[in-house]
Amino acid sequence: MDIPYTVESRPDTGLYNAKLGIWLFLASEVMLFGGLFSAYVLLRVGAAPGMWPHGWLNVTLGTINTLLLALSAITTLLAWAACKVRDFTKFRIFHACTILLALSFLTIKSFEYHDKLIHYEIVLNNGTFADGHLVEKSADFDLAKKTGTITLHGRIVDDEKELMDLRTPEARAAKLGEVTVAAADIVKMGNYGPRHNTFTAIYFTMTGLHALHILGGTIVIFYMWAFGGAMWKTDPERFTNRIEVSGLFWHFVDLVWIFLFPVLYLT
Amino acid sequence: MLSDIQQFPPFREPQPAHDGHGHAEHHEPGFWSKYIFSTDHKVIGIQYGFTSLCFLLFGFSLMLLMRWQIAHPGVPVPVIGPLLAKFLGQPAAGGIISPELYNSFGAMHGTIMVFLGVVPLAFAAFGNYVVPLMIGAPDMCFPRVNMASFHAYFLGGVVMVVSFFIPGGAAQAGWTSYSPLATTIPTDGQAFWLIGMVLLITSSLLGAVNFIATIIQLRAPGMTWMRLPWFVWAQFVTAFILLLAFPPLEAAGVLQLMDNLAHTSFFLPTGLAVGGQLADRSGGGSPLLWQHLFWFLGHPEVYVLILPAMGIVVEVIANNTRKPIWGYKSLVYSVLFVGFLSFIVWAHHMYLTGMGQKIATFFQATTMIISIPSVIILTCMFLSLWGGSIRINTPMLFALGFLPMFGIGGLTGLPLGLAACDLLLHDTYYIIAHFHYVVAPGTIFALFAGVYFWYPKITGRKMNEFWGRVHFWCSLAFMNIVFMPMFLQGIKGMLRRMSDGAVNYSAARVPGVIDALPGNIMQLNGVILWAAVCLGIAQIPFIINLFWSINHGEKVGDNPWRATTLDWQTPTPPPHGNFTEEQVIERGPYEYSVPGAAEDFTPQGGPAKNPTTHAPAHH
Repeated sequence: MDIPYTVESRPDTGLYNAKLGIWLFLASEVMLFGGLFSAYVLLRVGAAPGMWPHGWLNVTLGTINTLLLALSAITTLLAWAACKVRDFTKFRIFHACTILLALSFLTIKSFEYHDKLIHYEIVLNNGTFADGHLVEKSADFDLAKKTGTITLHGRIVDDEKELMDLRTPEARAAKLGEVTVAAADIVKMGNYGPRHNTFTAIYFTMTGLHALHILGGTIVIFYMWAFGGAMWKTDPERFTNRIEVSGLFWHFVDLVWIFLFPVLYLT
Repeated sequence: MLSDIQQFPPFREPQPAHDGHGHAEHHEPGFWSKYIFSTDHKVIGIQYGFTSLCFLLFGFSLMLLMRWQIAHPGVPVPVIGPLLAKFLGQPAAGGIISPELYNSFGAMHGTIMVFLGVVPLAFAAFGNYVVPLMIGAPDMCFPRVNMASFHAYFLGGVVMVVSFFIPGGAAQAGWTSYSPLATTIPTDGQAFWLIGMVLLITSSLLGAVNFIATIIQLRAPGMTWMRLPWFVWAQFVTAFILLLAFPPLEAAGVLQLMDNLAHTSFFLPTGLAVGGQLADRSGGGSPLLWQHLFWFLGHPEVYVLILPAMGIVVEVIANNTRKPIWGYKSLVYSVLFVGFLSFIVWAHHMYLTGMGQKIATFFQATTMIISIPSVIILTCMFLSLWGGSIRINTPMLFALGFLPMFGIGGLTGLPLGLAACDLLLHDTYYIIAHFHYVVAPGTIFALFAGVYFWYPKITGRKMNEFWGRVHFWCSLAFMNIVFMPMFLQGIKGMLRRMSDGAVNYSAARVPGVIDALPGNIMQLNGVILWAAVCLGIAQIPFIINLFWSINHGEKVGDNPWRATTLDWQTPTPPPHGNFTEEQVIERGPYEYSVPGAAEDFTPQGGPAKNPTTHAPAHH
C-alpha cells in the first residue's frame, strides 16, 4: 500500500502531505503561544501600579541571541537550498552551523537563567529590602539561611518599587556593593525564580517553552544531519522535503523569539 | 402522483464468495504489530473505539456512585462500598463517599466523559475508521503519527486513572479546574490531571493535523469538496476546532502546572488566603485568565462533541430514508459557520464573573447567532424524513432519537445564553440537565447509531436487531427520567456540586431571599438514582450484543445497508490499504432512489477501469 503525495505534490493543492501537516501544526503552535502572549498581556495590564518590572533582563545577551537565531534561519534556508541543488556536502556545512548556533543560543539562555536563580531578594525585619546576586553559594546554604549570614552583591532599598524599574537614572546610578545580612534579620527571602513574581513566572515559562522548542528542533535537525545519508542516497527528493519541513518549524521557532525578545527584554 | 414513484426491484445482495479474510493474503503480522503498534487507520479506529467505550462505562459508574451519595448522603454505598474502602482508603472509609471523594468523582466524571470517552469515540474512533474509507483513501496521511496519537491518548487515560490511587486522590476542582481552587486543594491529583490533559491535547493535536491533511490531500479522483459525505465535512470542521482551540488550554495547563509545581501565581490573586492564612505566593495573577483560556477551548469543545455525532446522524438518516439528504449545501455552509463562530462565544460561560454589560451583550449576540446554523442543521435532518420511505432499524432508531433529544438540549440552552436568565440558572441542576441532553441522549445516541451502523463493515456481521431495539427504547426512557427532573430541580434553585445532594442547602432558609427546596424536589434525587441504575442495566444488552455478534451475528455482505458512500464499496472487513482497485468518484454522496437507476441507490464511485454510467436524468 502506498499513500499518495508523500513526496510529490498533489496537483490541486500544490502541497505534499508533510508540508501541509507542518503548516497545520504551526497553526496550532500559533494558538499555543498566542494563549501565552495573551496571558502575558493580561498579567501585565493587571499588575499593581509600578509593580511590573522593567529592565530586568540583559539586553546585550538578548540581542546576541536574537542575532544567533537570525543567522540560524539563514543557514537553515541555505541547507535546504543545498539539498535542492543536490549538494550534500554544503548541506552538512550549513546545518552544522545551524546546530552550533542553536547550541550557543541555549548556552547563553542557561547563563541568563543561572543569573536569575542566584539573584536574591531578602525582606528584612526593619522593613527594607536587600537585593543582589549571591556572592558565594556555600555548601551549607540552607544552614546559613537559618543561623549564619548571607552575603549578596547588590544594595539595600527602602521600597520594593525601587527594584522594579532598572532603566531609570536613579537605578542606573545606584551603587552596588557587598551586603551582608544576618539570618536573624531575614523575614523572607527568595531568588528570582519563577515564583518571585508574575514577570519572572511568565519569563521562565515562555522562554522555557521556547527553549524546549529549540531543543526539539535541534534534535530533529541533528538526526537528519547525522543519519540522513542513507535516505539521501535512495530518495534525495524525500530527504529535501524533510529538510524543508524541519526548516519551516525552525523558522517558526525563530519567529516566536522575535516576539519574545521585545516583549520581555525591551519593554 | 403515486404512479410517478418508481418501484425498484428487490435488492439482492451479492453474497461474499469467501469469508472476508481472503483480501489480506500477505503475511500475518504478529500480535504486537497488529493490535498495539498498528499504523492501519482501521485498527487505530477500533483501538480508540474500544478504549473510549470502556472509559464511557467507567465514567458512568463514577456517576452512579455520585447519584447514590446525592440520594442517600452519608449512607454506605451498597454492594461496592467495601471495595471502595479497600482501594481508595480513607476518603471512602466505611464505604461512605466523603465530600472530597465526591468532588474527585465529579471532576473525573466530567473529564473522563468528555476527553476520554465522547471525543475519542466520536472524533478519533469513527473518524479514523470511516473518513479514509469515505474519501477513497488507502490510509491516513501520516499513519505513524496516527499511532502516536492513540498512544498519547492511552497514556493520558492511564495518568488520569492512576491519579485515583495517589495520596489525596484525584483532582477535585471540577472538570473546569478553576483556579485558585485547583491550586489550593492539597492533593497532587491536579498535577496528574494537568499532565494527563497535556497528553490528551497532544493526542488530539496529532489526530487533528492528520485528519485535515488526509481530507485535503487523499481524496480519490473526482471526490470534490461538494461530493464529500457530510460526515466528512463534520469531521473536517471538528479537526480544525481541535487544532486551534485546544492549544490555548494547553498553554493554560502549563501555567497551572507551574502554579501547582513551581509555586508561581499565574492564576492566584494578590492577598489570597488559604485556610485562614495568607498564602505564601507572590500574587498578582488573575483567576479570570484561567477561565478565559479554559472556555476558549471549553466552548468549541461542545461542537467537537456534537458535530461528529451530527455527521453520523446525517449518514444514517440519508441511508434509511432512501433519499438524498435535504439541503446538503446548507448543511455544509452551516457546519463551517458553526465551526467559525464557536470560537467567539466562550464568555457566555462567564456571565457571573461580572464582565460588564458591553462584553456580555457581545457574547449574547454571538451565542444567539450560533444557534441559527445549528437549527439549520437539525431542520435539514428533520426535513430529510419528509416523504421518505423510512426503514426502521436500530441505527435509524438511535438517529431518530437523537433529533428530539438534541432539540431539547439545544432549546433549553437558549435561556443560558442570555445573561439575565443565566445569572439565575448558573451552576444549578438546570445547566446539568441542559448539557447532558446535548451530550448524553444527543451525542451518545448518535454514537450508538454509528456503532450499530458500521458494525457490519468492521465485522461482516450485523448486531442483533431485537436486543438493539431493547437497548434503544430502555435507554431512551431512562435517559429522560434521569435528566428531565433536573430541569425542575435547577429552576427551583438546587445547586450542582453539592456532595450531600443539597440536604443542608434545602434546610437553609433566609426569609425573602432563600426559600427551602420543596420536599418533592429533594425526592426526585431518589427517582434519578434508580432511573440511572436502570439506565446502566439497559446498557447490558448492548455490551453483550457487541461481543456476541462478532461471531454469532447475522452474516452480511459488503453493503448490507445498500449505501451509496465509498465506505460500503470496500471488501468486508476492508483490507490493509482499503480498496482493491483505485476508486473514481462520479457523483454526490446521497444518490438514493435516482429515477431510472437500476437500484434505489447509486454508489458514489467505483473502480477506475469500469466506470458505471450516469443514471439518465428524469426531468
